[in-house]
Amino acid sequence: MTDDATTGAAPVLVEAKGVHKRYGSNLVVRGIDMTVRTGEVMCLLGPSGSGKSTFLRCINHLEKIDAGTISVGGELVGYRRQGDRLHELRDAEIATRRSEIGMVFQQFNLFPHMTVLENLVEAPVQVRRESVKSARERARALLDVVGLADKADAYPRSLSGGQQQRVAIARALTMRPKLMLFDEPTSALDPELVGEVLDVMRGLAADGMTMIVVTHEIGFAREVADTVTFMDGGVVVESGPPEQVLRAPQHERTRSFLAKVL
Amino acid sequence: MTSRSGTDVDGGGTTMTEDRGIDGDAVRVVPVRRYGQWLATIVVLVVAGLVVTSLITNPRYQWSLVFSYLFNAQIVEGLGTTLWLTVVAMVVGVVIGIVMALARESRNLVVAAAASVYIAFFRGTPLLVQLIFWFNLAALYPVISLGVPFGPTLFSESTNVLITPFLAAVLGLGLNEGAYMSEIVRAGLQSVDSGQTDASHALGMRKSQTFRRIVLPQAMRVIIPPTGNETISMLKTTSLVSVIAIPELLWQAQAIYSRTYQVIPLLITVSLWYLVVTTVLSMGQYYLERHFTRGDSRRPERSLLGTIVHGLVPRHAAVRRPATTDVQDEGTRS
Ligand SMILES: Nc1ncnc2c1ncn2[C@@H]1O[C@H](COP(=O)(O)OP(=O)(O)OP(=O)(O)O)[C@@H](O)[C@H]1O
Ligand SMILES: [Mg+2]
Repeated sequence: MTDDATTGAAPVLVEAKGVHKRYGSNLVVRGIDMTVRTGEVMCLLGPSGSGKSTFLRCINHLEKIDAGTISVGGELVGYRRQGDRLHELRDAEIATRRSEIGMVFQQFNLFPHMTVLENLVEAPVQVRRESVKSARERARALLDVVGLADKADAYPRSLSGGQQQRVAIARALTMRPKLMLFDEPTSALDPELVGEVLDVMRGLAADGMTMIVVTHEIGFAREVADTVTFMDGGVVVESGPPEQVLRAPQHERTRSFLAKVL
Repeated sequence: MTSRSGTDVDGGGTTMTEDRGIDGDAVRVVPVRRYGQWLATIVVLVVAGLVVTSLITNPRYQWSLVFSYLFNAQIVEGLGTTLWLTVVAMVVGVVIGIVMALARESRNLVVAAAASVYIAFFRGTPLLVQLIFWFNLAALYPVISLGVPFGPTLFSESTNVLITPFLAAVLGLGLNEGAYMSEIVRAGLQSVDSGQTDASHALGMRKSQTFRRIVLPQAMRVIIPPTGNETISMLKTTSLVSVIAIPELLWQAQAIYSRTYQVIPLLITVSLWYLVVTTVLSMGQYYLERHFTRGDSRRPERSLLGTIVHGLVPRHAAVRRPATTDVQDEGTRS
């Protein structure tokens, strides 16, 4: 199922090279190289402000990068390469590439003016021009997977945080993404609701979904991740299998971070 | 009206004098006596009584005339023109408002600056002056022609033919309204959390789809209430175009009383019509607001009647901003 990055068997899905991102004069991501293989689950750890969210948002081009490249499935997400030049893609082309990358946010970001089912039907119908009927069927099936089949007609506001986040995961899955990005999906949840969301994510990982998960849930990382990457100050400090990075970190910064969160 | 101090405390419908009959050890609650409220009530009732008496007994109101003019052909025609003007001016205003709101947020500084200048100009000069200006545009540009800038002319027409009084009125009212609407639209757009755009883009929706399907519908619940007020205000503002001889409601009334000298009855007739239409518009606003607050557990508690009264009472242009707390709400809910 989930090939270890070390076996080198599975093809590379995400490849970041020398990624830089600045806000004004604030250089937030300072040269990140990263490889994620198909089926791999990577957990990104790091202190607040280390640029985890920013890097994640660069992967689906919600943020423009200032230097370096990120490719997903062999294609640069926001650009077309011509010789040694990168041309930024037009809005419609970027949207098409983004639609193959699912993203789940800390604050869920469900569309509050739509019911749960409408949230799930929106993108397949608007972006993929699927028929409403088939989009609905698929939406109901996905709601079933996340255990919320009975909430199809509810509005997001009437759901608990954990339920909203499960809907958000289902919504991302409606586009049949080849990669899922999670930005602290359980950080906004009450402790007793964290488990139900992590369970859904575990299920996804077991089904072979490629996932990059920014999280503070060390337990989840230890159990589910194939690779744990520790970031600080906009760079990758160390990266490797969880037993190595979490049990026997090589770097002092990793050690002191783990000492704080564990 | 005056039972308020009694129900505040027990709320259960028992009046203060009745609780003597209850069990011996029942403790009687004596609400704070609000002498000020009693005084205010008496003053209001006395004034209202005087007004009503005067309305009924002063023959110079000529109520029979007021009602006989209500469905006068000229008046009804004027009412139609007023309604039509209101609708067209508001449509123009809303469209311009959306365009200007987007232009102001544009990354193109020239576009953003142009929008700001537009808004400053139209908000900073009196509407009456603008209306007369449009009406007299021919004095400035006797001929309007369309063509390639600094190149050949494709179309040319006398300004007085092109800018009819009605078009001058629509231009004046619509362009002016657009400046105000752009502020309302902007506040609405800003009230939508940026996470909504992120989520929509992440799903592969294009910018235009995101705007149309995700941002605008959510902005609507902030945009609708002040737009309703603007519409009601516009209905009344159209009376200004009587100065450029548009035969709307007020102009028609003036046309009649300049012949018959029945000034007061006709002004009352006109006022009654304005009142009727603003009331109907307020009802429409109530249902629109309800539609656009779907999924919002904090639906306005206001009743239909409350909305109507609210719509008729002038308000300052402050815009409701419910969204600032939304994110935290969702984040911390259990
Ligand atoms: N839109 C923005 N404009 C300006 N600065 C930003 C913006 N977004 C993030 N930053 C800055 O970039 C730095 C990294 O932010 P980022 O959100 O990527 O960190 P993070 O590792 O995700 O932290 P956290 O664990 O708190 O989510 C921070 O210093 C932040 O203030
Ligand atoms: Mg973050």
